[in-house]
Amino acid sequence: MSDAVEAIAEARETRASGRAPRRRARREGHGAAPYLQAAPMALVFLIFFVLPLAATIVVSFWQYTQYSIEPAFTFQNYGDVFYGCLRDLPDLCTTFVTYLSTLKFCLIVWACTLTIGFTVAYFLAFHVHTLKVQVIFFLLCTIPFWTSIVIRMISWIPLLGRNGLVNQTLVGMGVIDTPLEGLLYSDFSVVLALTHLYTLFMVVPIFNSLMRIDRALIEAARDSGASGLQTLTAVIIPLARPGILIGSIFVVTVVMGDFLTIGIMGGQQIASVGKVIQTQMQFLQFPLAAANAVILLAAVLAGVWALLRLVDIRKEL
Amino acid sequence: MTDMFRKSNPTRRGVLKGGAAMAGAAAFPAPFVHAQEAVTLRYLSTAVNQSPAIAEKASEELGINIEYIAVNTDEVPRRVITQPNSFDLVDSEYFSLPNLVPSGNMKGMDASRIDRIDELASVIAEGTVNGEKVGWDGTAPHEVLYLEGQDATAFASEPTDWITLIPTTYNADTLGIRPDLIDKEISSWASLLDPEFAGKSAILNIPSIGIMDAAMALEARGDIAYGDKGNMTREEIDFTIEKLIEAKRAGQFRAFWSNFQESVNLMASGEVVIQSMWSPAVTAVRTQGIPCVYQPLKEGYRAWASGFGLPQTIDGRKEDAAYEFINWFLSGWAGAHLSKQGYYPAVLETAKGFMEPYEWDYWYEGEPAAEDIYSPDGRLLEEAGAVRDGGSYWERMGAVACWNAVMDENQYMVRKWNEFIAA
Repeated sequence: MSDAVEAIAEARETRASGRAPRRRARREGHGAAPYLQAAPMALVFLIFFVLPLAATIVVSFWQYTQYSIEPAFTFQNYGDVFYGCLRDLPDLCTTFVTYLSTLKFCLIVWACTLTIGFTVAYFLAFHVHTLKVQVIFFLLCTIPFWTSIVIRMISWIPLLGRNGLVNQTLVGMGVIDTPLEGLLYSDFSVVLALTHLYTLFMVVPIFNSLMRIDRALIEAARDSGASGLQTLTAVIIPLARPGILIGSIFVVTVVMGDFLTIGIMGGQQIASVGKVIQTQMQFLQFPLAAANAVILLAAVLAGVWALLRLVDIRKEL
Repeated sequence: MTDMFRKSNPTRRGVLKGGAAMAGAAAFPAPFVHAQEAVTLRYLSTAVNQSPAIAEKASEELGINIEYIAVNTDEVPRRVITQPNSFDLVDSEYFSLPNLVPSGNMKGMDASRIDRIDELASVIAEGTVNGEKVGWDGTAPHEVLYLEGQDATAFASEPTDWITLIPTTYNADTLGIRPDLIDKEISSWASLLDPEFAGKSAILNIPSIGIMDAAMALEARGDIAYGDKGNMTREEIDFTIEKLIEAKRAGQFRAFWSNFQESVNLMASGEVVIQSMWSPAVTAVRTQGIPCVYQPLKEGYRAWASGFGLPQTIDGRKEDAAYEFINWFLSGWAGAHLSKQGYYPAVLETAKGFMEPYEWDYWYEGEPAAEDIYSPDGRLLEEAGAVRDGGSYWERMGAVACWNAVMDENQYMVRKWNEFIAA
């Protein structure tokens, strides 16, 4: 009953908001206030985002030696990034291999975090009824962030290592004879660590979307004879799309740029775009690193653009 | 920086004041008011070179505050080149010098202000041990020790009065092994690529050093004879990386590491049973009660050396303090302190004076320890009767085959190294 009442109240609000544009139009006349309100954020963005980004793009066209960088306008760095890419076909050049590897992790981690994140968010939204318990569970989800990344990474070794807990247990139980080597410093460990880290980024926006779903709709679906699965796929998932999308953007962009986790969990043997950039920075090849960063940025933006094509996020919010 | 120190540690300042004032008065006869303040030197280097005990002792004896800036091996030259104002004293590897000196950010050190300039270990100053020439492949310190002038951006081929770096620590690296997990005798660098250790070996992910390990192993295996493995041609780099990729695809390596602690963790956890190691890293594994051997090999050692340099911008009291600190550093206490961790110091004689005879015999003479050997922080390193791996100082440093290096083809090498990582 109360759901129905709420639904009616919401409908009324929507109707009332029809008048809102006129009110807003009147407010807009009032000079500088909105600009002042937006100014601090705009300034922060300008100084800490736009300027460094512009500098990165500019430097990517510069020349460098082992100890200096000099202003120039050369495409040499971009050429170097794709060095051998045409020549080696059909073999893939380093850059393509690296991007493919990074993309592979993106997809796997995305699928894992989405599955786990959605499940957790669903549980929190529909099965936990009091706010207090929800908050407690949310805090539990943030546990991976309580320690520093370095400590977290080191602690995987005694768990997954050759002589680690998992291997000892499995050997002790007689499941395997020799320790599994692939638990640590492998694709598996990288995916595990990334999933462990970034599932929360899925949980939060999906939970938010789920909480906005009008419970009356679910009731209506049930009343119309929909099964649980049908309700999930036809009602809940479509309505959770904005949350899923936002979470996906978080996860994809973070994994694309990650080099610490991939580096440490992959035993530094697995390439990532971020690691390539880091190595080049260490050797003072700043223009080359900048060119790589610009390409990475373009790749990530293309990915985000593709995701945004799937859902019109402005409409859905 | 001095302000920060003043607030956080007012009592010690009081104690130091006297000493500092005297030092200040000696340097500046004019009654400078601020001359009473202790000078703070920002000391840039990797964390392994930054012993809190040394800073404490220097502060006690000289009234100079040492503020450590700890960064990675690769970050040291990057800081020198990009932020030369951010430190007063740098402890850098000699192999970085071919990049640092041309940048013009380093100031040649005046040899006449270094008290023990003539007592520097010959392996650094001349590339010899007991008059015998050691291997000079790579960036051998004596080749980059002298500048043509204080502000020169090129090295001098003959000894001059202008020094690039005054040695702090140096040593010879070799393969470290876990004798409890390896059955056979290890006597050659080739073992690093031995298929028997597939999935259990590791190399450094610092290209300048990692490629030297690889070169030692490949040459030992008879795959190639390098002209100068510390300064490879493009063809030699291609060949080396190709072989490394082959080994990597065959699952030879468990992991790559890039700092001291990682190498210790890999070895201590048993993930890796054979890898090139720094002598103090072997010591660190052993102090955890885990057997680990620094294994001398027939091809010799890959050596490295690190030293103090001054930034171009230093002057006045800071510069005086830097010289004072360096002279103190060479005067024995610090050298002994570092020796007891397994490093070698610039001036052996003064370090000897601050060590017990049985300690000197163990660390330098290659003799069995007459008493238990303790680290400077009081942990038991070896029980009486133990002999240091690799033997005496002269045996170790005399068997150096090559030095860590920055090659002429460095940029090409880094690109190929990235290919190796991506393969």
